[in-house]
Amino acid sequence: MNEERDDAQETTDTIDIWIAGTEETQFSPTDEGAQEISDHESDSRLDEQFGRVVTDDYLFDDEVSDDERMIVNMGPQHPSTHGVLRLQIELEGEIIRRTKPIIGYLHTGMEKTAEQLTFGQGPTNVTRMDYLAPLHCELAYSLAVERLLGVEVPERAKAIRVLMTELNRVASHLVALATNGMDIGAVSMMIYGFRERESILAFFEKTTGLRMNHNYIRPGGVAADLPAGWKDDVGDILENLPGRIQQYDDLLQNNPIWLSRTKGVGVISGDEATAFGITGPALRAAGVDWDLRRAFPYSGIEQYEFDVPVGEHGDVYDRYRVRVDEIHESLKIVEQVMDSMPKGDYRVDDRKVTPPPRARIDESMEALIHHFKLFTEGFKVPPGETYVAIESPRGELGCYLVSDGQAKPYRMHTRAPSFANLQALPIAMGDSLMADTVATIASMDPVMGDVDR
Amino acid sequence: MTELHPVLADLFDGLEAAVVEDSHGQVVVRLDPSDWRSFAEAAKSAGFEVCVDVTAVDWMRQRPERFEVIANLLSMEHKLRLRMITALGRVDPRVDSLVPLWPGANFAEREVFDMFGIEFEGHPDLTRILMPDDWDGHPLRKDFGVGGVPVQFKASHQVD
Amino acid sequence: MATTAPGNLLMTTVDRAANWARTRSMFPATFGLACCAIEMMATGAAHYDLARFGMEVFRASPRQADLMIVAGRVSQKMAPVLRQVYDQMPDPKWVISMGACASTGGMFNNYALVQGVDQIVPVDIYVPGCPPGPQSLMHGILSLHDKIMSGEIKN
Repeated sequence: MNEERDDAQETTDTIDIWIAGTEETQFSPTDEGAQEISDHESDSRLDEQFGRVVTDDYLFDDEVSDDERMIVNMGPQHPSTHGVLRLQIELEGEIIRRTKPIIGYLHTGMEKTAEQLTFGQGPTNVTRMDYLAPLHCELAYSLAVERLLGVEVPERAKAIRVLMTELNRVASHLVALATNGMDIGAVSMMIYGFRERESILAFFEKTTGLRMNHNYIRPGGVAADLPAGWKDDVGDILENLPGRIQQYDDLLQNNPIWLSRTKGVGVISGDEATAFGITGPALRAAGVDWDLRRAFPYSGIEQYEFDVPVGEHGDVYDRYRVRVDEIHESLKIVEQVMDSMPKGDYRVDDRKVTPPPRARIDESMEALIHHFKLFTEGFKVPPGETYVAIESPRGELGCYLVSDGQAKPYRMHTRAPSFANLQALPIAMGDSLMADTVATIASMDPVMGDVDR
Repeated sequence: MTELHPVLADLFDGLEAAVVEDSHGQVVVRLDPSDWRSFAEAAKSAGFEVCVDVTAVDWMRQRPERFEVIANLLSMEHKLRLRMITALGRVDPRVDSLVPLWPGANFAEREVFDMFGIEFEGHPDLTRILMPDDWDGHPLRKDFGVGGVPVQFKASHQVD
Repeated sequence: MATTAPGNLLMTTVDRAANWARTRSMFPATFGLACCAIEMMATGAAHYDLARFGMEVFRASPRQADLMIVAGRVSQKMAPVLRQVYDQMPDPKWVISMGACASTGGMFNNYALVQGVDQIVPVDIYVPGCPPGPQSLMHGILSLHDKIMSGEIKN
C-alpha cells in the first residue's frame, strides 16, 4: 500500500501545469484575464528591484566607505540608455567606481512563443529580437532550420540574402552613428543618420512590404523575388550614400570636441573582450581580427571581396571608426552582389518546405494541398539540434535550435550579441567620469530587444 | 566519425568514444555533471578562449534526465567550435558554474537559472535577471503554461 | 461666446483657446521601448518631420511632458515603471498607445507582456501596426489634436 502511494507520488510530483486563470490568486482577479500587477507596496521580494534595498553584489569586491560614495540609478526610462536598460552606478564624486546593469525590462518571452509557432512562422517572432537588424535574426533562424532539414537554398536566394543583410548592416550602423552622435552632443547626426536610413528603408518596403521587422528571409529561401527595377534603387543608394557618409565623417573626424569625448574613453582591451564573449565591432575595435563572415562563412558570402576594419585601442573612437568603415565595406559587398546576381529560383524547389506559387493553387490540387498543409500545420523537421551563428551588426548572433520531429521547434534559443556585450559595461565604465557613461553605452550599441528577448 | 581537428583529438584523449558526437557537422561532447568544470578547464587551456553561450533544454519526460545544459565554446585561434552537453535530473538540478573560467558566462547562467531553475555552483550572483524579482516559477519549463489570455475576435463565436 | 461642439459639450472661447494652445506644442515624453521606438524616432527625424507640429522636442523628464507615446511592448517588470512615469506627468496629459504590442499585447500573447497598456494607464488613441509606419503615427497624433480641439477629450 505504501509503495503504491510512493509510486503514485513519484509520477505526479511535478505535473503542475499552470493554466491561465484557474488557480486561486492572492489578489482579486479582474475579468481582463490573468494579467494583474500585484500590490507591490507590501512585497518585500521587490525591495531590490525598486531600489529600497541595495545589496552589495557588484562585479568587483571593493571596499566601500559610505560617506564618500553615492549610488545613483540611471533608467530604465532614460533618453540615453538606448532602450530600457537600468544601471545602478556607485559614484565617488564624479567618478564611477562600480556599475551594475539590470535588465529584463523588455523581456517578451520570445523563446516560449517560438515553441508555440511553427517553423514557417518562426521568422515573424525572431525578427523582433534585434529590431535594428531584423533580417540578420531571420537569417540565423532560417539557416538553423535549413541545416536541420538538410536543404540547400539556390544561389539566387543566397545572393538576395547577402544583399538584404548587408543593406541592413548599413541601416543599423547608421542608427548607431545617429544615436552615438546625439548622445555625445552632435544632435544633427541624429537627423542625418535617420535621413540616410530612409532611402534604405524605402527599398526594403518595396521588396519585403515592411520598413522594419520584415519576415522576408524564411526557411527555404526568401519570401518573394526582388522587384523589377531593383538595380536602379540599389544603384541610387550606392551613389548617394558613400559621399554623404564621408561628409559626416569629415564633420566629426577632426572635431576637437568629438575627439576629446571619444578618444581614450570606455576602453575595453582585447583580452577583456575575449573573456567576456564580446564580438562584433567592439571586439574588432580592441584589435582582435575576428569576423564570422571570414571565419565561418555563410550564405555564399565568401565569393565577395571585402576588408574587415580592425581598430587598435578599444575606445569609443575606435568603435565609431570601425562602424563607419564597415558601412563602406558593406556598400562594396552590395555593389558586387548587384553586379553578379545569379538568375534562378528565389527559394528551394521542395514543395514540402516552401509554398507553391499562388497562381498554381488554382490549377493543381496538389499545390492546394501543399499550401494548406504548410500554412496550417507547417513542415516537420527531423529530430536534432544545431547552433548556427552569423555576424550581425552587433556581433555574433546565434540560433540554437532543437527539434523533436514535430512542426514546431522544441526549443529555440538565440545567442544575442548585445546580451554578452552588456556584461563588459562595468569594466568599460570603471574609473571613468559620469559623462563618459553615455558615450560608452552608445558605443557598445546595445539593442534591448536582443538583450531581453 | 569524420576526421577530428588535432586540437580536438588531443582534448578528447581519455574520453570514451561514445561521448563525442557529430551533430550536422558540429562536434558535440556529452559529459557527466561532475566532469563539467574539469573538461571546461581542459578546453580553455587547449585554446577555446571564448564561451559563446550557456543554455538549457527541458526534456520533460521524453528523456530519463529531465534537463540538459549546453555550453557553446569557440576557439578564435584554431577557428573551431565545440559544444558541451550535460544531463541533469528533475530533482534539484545543479552543475558547476563556468564563470570562474569565462566571465562572459555570467549573464547566460543567470538566465538559465531564471528560466529553468537550474543552479550553478560558484556563480557570484545567481538571481533572476529577466523576470521580476518576485516572480513565481520558471517560465521556460514545459510545465509552465504560456500564460496567454483568451482573445475574442470580432467575428468569431463567443470565447468565455 | 459659447459654441457647441459635437457631443453637446459647451465650450467657451477660453476653452477653445486653451485647447488650441495645448495641441500646438504638445511635448512627448520619451517612452520608446522597442521596435516602435525606432519608428517614433524616424517620425521625429527629417523625412517625416514632427517639428512642423511643434513636437520634435522629446522631453526626457516626464514632469515637462504632455504626451506619453508608449512605443513598444510593456513587460511585467516595466509595468510599474510605466505607471510611475505616467503619474509623474502633470495634467493635462494624454497617452497614445503605439503599435500592436502596446495596444493589445500584439503577437506575444504570453506570460511576459502586459496585454495592452490600457490595463495600466488610460489610453486616448491606439495606433495599430507592427510597427506602425511614421504616417500611421502621425495620423494618430493628428487625430489626437483634432479630438482635443473639438473638446471631445477633456483631460
